[in-house]
Amino acid sequence: VRFPVLVEVRLRPGVADPQGATIERALPALGFEGIHDVQVGKAFRFTVEAPDESSARQLAEALSQRLLANPVIEATSVAVGQ
Amino acid sequence: MSATVGVVLFPGSNCEYDVMEAVRRLGGDARIVWHGDRDLRAVDAVVLPGGFAHGDYLRPGALARFSPVMAAVEAFAADGGPVVGICNGLQVLTEAGLLPGALQKNRGLKFLCTTVSLRVESADSVLTSEAPVGSVVRVPINHFEGNYTCTTETLTELQRDDRVILRYLDNPNGSIDDIAGICSPGRNVVGLMPHPERASDALLGSSDGLPMLRSLLAAASGRSVARPTLDAVG
Repeated sequence: VRFPVLVEVRLRPGVADPQGATIERALPALGFEGIHDVQVGKAFRFTVEAPDESSARQLAEALSQRLLANPVIEATSVAVGQ
Repeated sequence: MSATVGVVLFPGSNCEYDVMEAVRRLGGDARIVWHGDRDLRAVDAVVLPGGFAHGDYLRPGALARFSPVMAAVEAFAADGGPVVGICNGLQVLTEAGLLPGALQKNRGLKFLCTTVSLRVESADSVLTSEAPVGSVVRVPINHFEGNYTCTTETLTELQRDDRVILRYLDNPNGSIDDIAGICSPGRNVVGLMPHPERASDALLGSSDGLPMLRSLLAAASGRSVARPTLDAVG
């Protein structure tokens, strides 16, 4: 079975996010008020061939930790769909 | 026989010839090591040069870390061999876990191509043994992701063990504690964002990088004496 996977990679709390800060600073000039805590990350979509959802998740989480994110500065969340 | 410095060529490296030229002008031998090679027995020191290994796709150094040569570099480092990562090379070393921390985008979100002043903070490393502590050198930087960061624990450890070997006088990129270069606990793995090979001749605007390159050659020579010849290995 092929399971669609969405991995979100974002900076760990406390790690400076100059891109997020720059975007946030630009928002008022564009007329967007009241927007805070802007963070910039990455999203990866792929499918995993696996016998069941939990082994698909296990594989996707291993991939996220080993390659898609740098655990020193980034955190990940993995969503596995049907 | 003079010492041989192996310069790893990843797809997308672009400073390998500058490093080899600088090494040769100091009397050392230099050769390219292809990133697909797995054998480092013919070299006495390894340099991971600047550039954009594997296009810097995903993150700088993230894919280079999986090049076949990196397992050999890891073993070489574990055996005490001198390993120096310059710019992209430092990014590769941190991704590979051979040095702690990570490199983020510069604080100002600008690619920086300029010459900066560095203070030598420790002469106890394969890249600074011949550089006087406290001396200030002018060396070029050329990077977008040079903003060094690490956990508080790692920073404490680096400071406590005198493993910050170079600091920026005027921090250009937001690096924590003005860090420009660090070394491993064994002091034989060094990474730095600035390019000493680009400060290897007055014609280039500065020859301040020479003490660092001489240090590397000295470390390589020390290794060369200990290294059995390839014939002896068979």
